[in-house]
Amino acid sequence: MSAGTAKIAVRVAEVVDVNELVKRFKFVRRDGGEMPTFSGGAHTVVEMRDGATTRLNPYSLMSDPGDRSAFTISVRRDDEGRGGSLFMHNKVKPGDEMVISYPVNLFSLDLRARKHLMFAGGIGITPFLAQIKQLSHAGGNFELHYSVRTAALGSYVDELTTAHPDRVHIYYDDKKQAIDLATLLDGQPLGTHIYVCGPKGMIDWVRNTALDHGWPETAVHYEEFLAPQSGKPFEVELAKSGKTITVGEHQSLLEAIEAAGVDAPYLCRGGACGQCETDVIAHEGKFIHNDHWLTEDQRTGCNKIMPCVSRFEGRRLVLDR
Amino acid sequence: MTKFNFPPSIASRPIWGTLEPRKGKAHLMIADAEGAEALIDLANAAPALLTMAHLIYLPKDTGKRYSDALAALKPASIYVGPSYDAAESRIQRVLSDAHMGLQIYLAGTEGLMGRAMSAALAAGLPLAAIQTEHRGSVARRMQCVHCKGITEDVTTDPFVCAHCGLNLFVRDHFSRRIGAYQGVCVDAEDPGEVPPQKELYS
Repeated sequence: MSAGTAKIAVRVAEVVDVNELVKRFKFVRRDGGEMPTFSGGAHTVVEMRDGATTRLNPYSLMSDPGDRSAFTISVRRDDEGRGGSLFMHNKVKPGDEMVISYPVNLFSLDLRARKHLMFAGGIGITPFLAQIKQLSHAGGNFELHYSVRTAALGSYVDELTTAHPDRVHIYYDDKKQAIDLATLLDGQPLGTHIYVCGPKGMIDWVRNTALDHGWPETAVHYEEFLAPQSGKPFEVELAKSGKTITVGEHQSLLEAIEAAGVDAPYLCRGGACGQCETDVIAHEGKFIHNDHWLTEDQRTGCNKIMPCVSRFEGRRLVLDR
Repeated sequence: MTKFNFPPSIASRPIWGTLEPRKGKAHLMIADAEGAEALIDLANAAPALLTMAHLIYLPKDTGKRYSDALAALKPASIYVGPSYDAAESRIQRVLSDAHMGLQIYLAGTEGLMGRAMSAALAAGLPLAAIQTEHRGSVARRMQCVHCKGITEDVTTDPFVCAHCGLNLFVRDHFSRRIGAYQGVCVDAEDPGEVPPQKELYS
């Protein structure tokens, strides 16, 4: 068992349509007890039992970290995805019994910061909702720049602008509004930390601009969960467990390992945390690395793979698992 | 030769680096004595960087040896002063006006680097925006753990605290917040039993 895989048996207390694409789910413990504490930026891994398929998808906790009565997540529907968000949207109803993981935080606030400068794009707003609640209790200094497609698709815009009119800035794509990043980064007080969560392009843009302006990497935090990509089925030999498994078209390598009854470590299931890093013993073929954990050297060395999001195409792959 | 290879020590002891040019919106360089050589090397590697820099230099016992060479690097502004204390209000002013995107380059003695680093961290700058390079004297800035007084430019072990007069053993335990090493009474249990004094690293 790896850290973060301890489970909580929950009941779905509430399902709310936030807008056309986003639904909010509230989970309470089935035994009536309190939820574990967490810090803003943490996520939980939700187990989805969909017939013969089990999916484990990470979602940022958006509720108040100080509120132990329930955990709340928001799920954006992805019609092109592997089906996790569609399952949540179409099948999960209030009263359903589900299992979620203890919270794990890979995107925590650096509380030494003098100021927290946040950039969110679309559904990337969710970790900031919890962080802002956490900071508000302590009178923390933050500023949020939140980019949404349209007013109708701007999840939690009203809630944020009402609670923090001076700290929250909204940008609407359909009105051709864009964050003026270069100007914003100029003139931030010493000790400001940057946080960004959103599409990959936005994360790269914020990180690269900050580095160009002389911000140290330690002051720039980001979170990007990658959904595992579908691909051609492939066969894998698991050397330690002596099993040969087939990874299905819409299955991740990690899911296939788990389905074979082999206990493999994981935390984020999104290519970010490094927990599931696995040694490659032999291979004939090419790796499709989708993570942002392995270094360029490790990729060209072909001796590591992140099974949560990465795949393989070729004749033979042997893993040390 | 103004470079010195410090022997390996405990994790608390700072490991000084080699200055390299970095991207930034503002560049503050503070050096004392032979630390000037590190800035001259940096300027040779990246001449344009110096023209954007605010340079504060404390020649200490090197007199005029380096100050003309530093001025010839054409920094955006240069201050040459007699001591850190004399330069402190200027350093504080630069830090209080500074924004993220500031890069700091420190070069010279451990005392100078420790003190300037402590001021920059207190102003909120992340450690990762501060580069260091040791040059010149291996003298240390020491804090007496008993009276908390600071003794600058300590070159022997043990030494006598300039404030309370205790005989202090020179430890490698460093405080980033204070920018000094820790000095601990060497003859607390047997007053007067002081080991023979020797030069640091001798």
